[in-house]
Amino acid sequence: MRFLLRRLGFFVITLWVALTVNFFIPRLMPGNPAEAMMSRFKGRINPEAMHALEVAFGLNTQKPLLVQYVDYLGNMFTGHFGISLTFFPQPVSKVVLQALPWTVGLVGITTVIAFLLGTLIGMVSGWRRNGVVDSVLPPVFVITSALPYFWVGLLLILFFSLGTNGALPNDGSYDPSLDPGFNLPFIADVLKHAVLPALSILIISIGGWILTMRNNVVTTLAEDYIRMARAKGIPGRKIMFGYAARNAILPNLSGFAMSLGFVVSGSILVEFTFNYPGLGYMLLNAVDNQDYPLMQALFVLITVAVLIAILICDFFTAWLDPRVRTE
Amino acid sequence: MSAVTATTATADTSPTTQAPVPGGGGRGTRVLKAIWGNKKAFVGTVMLAIFVLAAIVPQIFTHISSPNTKQFEQMLPPGAGHLLGTNAFGQDIWAQLVWGTRQSLFVAVVAGALASVLSIIIGVSSAYLGGIGDGLLSLLTDVFLVIPAFPLIIVIAAYAGAGGLPVVIGVLVVTGWSYGARQLRAQALSLRNREFLESARVRGERSSYVIIFEILPTMVSLIAANFLGAALYALLTAAGLQFIGLGDSSSVSWGTMLHWAQSNEALETGQQQWVIAPGLCIALLGASFALINYAFDEIGNPALRPVRRRKGRK
Repeated sequence: MRFLLRRLGFFVITLWVALTVNFFIPRLMPGNPAEAMMSRFKGRINPEAMHALEVAFGLNTQKPLLVQYVDYLGNMFTGHFGISLTFFPQPVSKVVLQALPWTVGLVGITTVIAFLLGTLIGMVSGWRRNGVVDSVLPPVFVITSALPYFWVGLLLILFFSLGTNGALPNDGSYDPSLDPGFNLPFIADVLKHAVLPALSILIISIGGWILTMRNNVVTTLAEDYIRMARAKGIPGRKIMFGYAARNAILPNLSGFAMSLGFVVSGSILVEFTFNYPGLGYMLLNAVDNQDYPLMQALFVLITVAVLIAILICDFFTAWLDPRVRTE
Repeated sequence: MSAVTATTATADTSPTTQAPVPGGGGRGTRVLKAIWGNKKAFVGTVMLAIFVLAAIVPQIFTHISSPNTKQFEQMLPPGAGHLLGTNAFGQDIWAQLVWGTRQSLFVAVVAGALASVLSIIIGVSSAYLGGIGDGLLSLLTDVFLVIPAFPLIIVIAAYAGAGGLPVVIGVLVVTGWSYGARQLRAQALSLRNREFLESARVRGERSSYVIIFEILPTMVSLIAANFLGAALYALLTAAGLQFIGLGDSSSVSWGTMLHWAQSNEALETGQQQWVIAPGLCIALLGASFALINYAFDEIGNPALRPVRRRKGRK
């Protein structure tokens, strides 16, 4: 219980830091870019929205910084992110919610697949030291993990989309001529559009899981309880799954939580490369259009999504590892 | 990016299992020897050396001295005059590639080095201080570790305006130090109660002396691995930032090349080499960092070394 409370506390603190950073970035930047943006939009949006924006960026306001800050935190927790300038007059929260499912679907599912597959390969690789899997895969994945996400995406487009005359699409998340909804052609089309972006994320991120898991298994195999199990004559397969992998997977799980931020960062570039309408693509669009409210809301939302995933990981660890619970 | 975790995560197991040698005499030469003896490290070092050469004297690889001038016929295929052809602007792709090495390598090395210094300062002092100071610094490290860096970088870069190198390097350092700090803290913690440190304390040495001359030399290989991890992170992130157009788009670097290639639809117009070449260079430089890093890991953690089949005595 103490473990979970501590992790919950960490969640709250990290969220607070992210929100605070988010609050101060536009205020600390030289030359006040927010002001420049406002003057660009003057006359194009109604005075009321203009005022809301001025408050959000701390312009033309008599309120002391502390009051602004408290107001801002209040707005964040009640979901008032302001009004998007590109999608005017829609509120940012509504715009963002349209993009959320695409990212959660693409990045979430791909990451879980990469984790499971990578852990499995890493286990086999560590179990059979110097076997075929072990001698070929780790060096290969040392290389793949050094590749830029977007470049892998571009290569996949070149070979599997342009190279096959468009057998696999490389643009967007579904064919706009189809009727979005719960019908077979639409779902098939969505999956088809997700293949290449998912593959890029998979190729890059799987290497980390393989290497960590392999090294964990190698370290675990030196433990006395493994030798004991061998001495008792327990079949090898059972030792691999029940003794070695089971103990080796725990650090991998916390590693999963830690590297989620990296995966999400990379997936922004993948979404950009494939014009995939998720949070990352929207973030870059917001940057292009100098839509600062949308941009900042997206940063907060991406951070919250990562933090929630980490929290789920923590709960999972507590459930799997009795040592953590009794700590 | 995940590449950093991929390569540095392997060092995660090492701090507890490592048996560092106190003192540090001859450690540097031993590291050099180990690099020489390790096949992965050797390949990585040779690759890195070629890139360093291209960064310092690009003239030996190409006779074109101003790669950004639009001086040639557009979209020439690869051939004798232009090794990789020319792009849609009439620039020689090979020349851009060679000259671009300098900035890409510079950003990676400088940001990587500064981030390592930051992680040494925070990680080691966190372990050395203990108590509430350690608690606060560890918390700071963990917070920076989980906040997704790239969105933060994008937000900062967007406000700072598509900026010059200092901005790019600055954000890379701010977002790149935390992983190393965590590892170094773990390593320093495991050292804290060693006798050689105890004796230094009894001798009445200052803590700055103890940290710099007693603790740091025992962590050389971990620090080196951290530097490589941070440099790899900086290389990939800077390239990503330039690719989406948040770098200085008039500079000569691999990320900028990819940016222009993408915005001119190089893939769709049959100029694949414009996309493949700079990406491949990033990948090769990144791989050289990763290979050397991987080898450092094996040097630091004997359990990970490949098992040698004995042929007589080796």
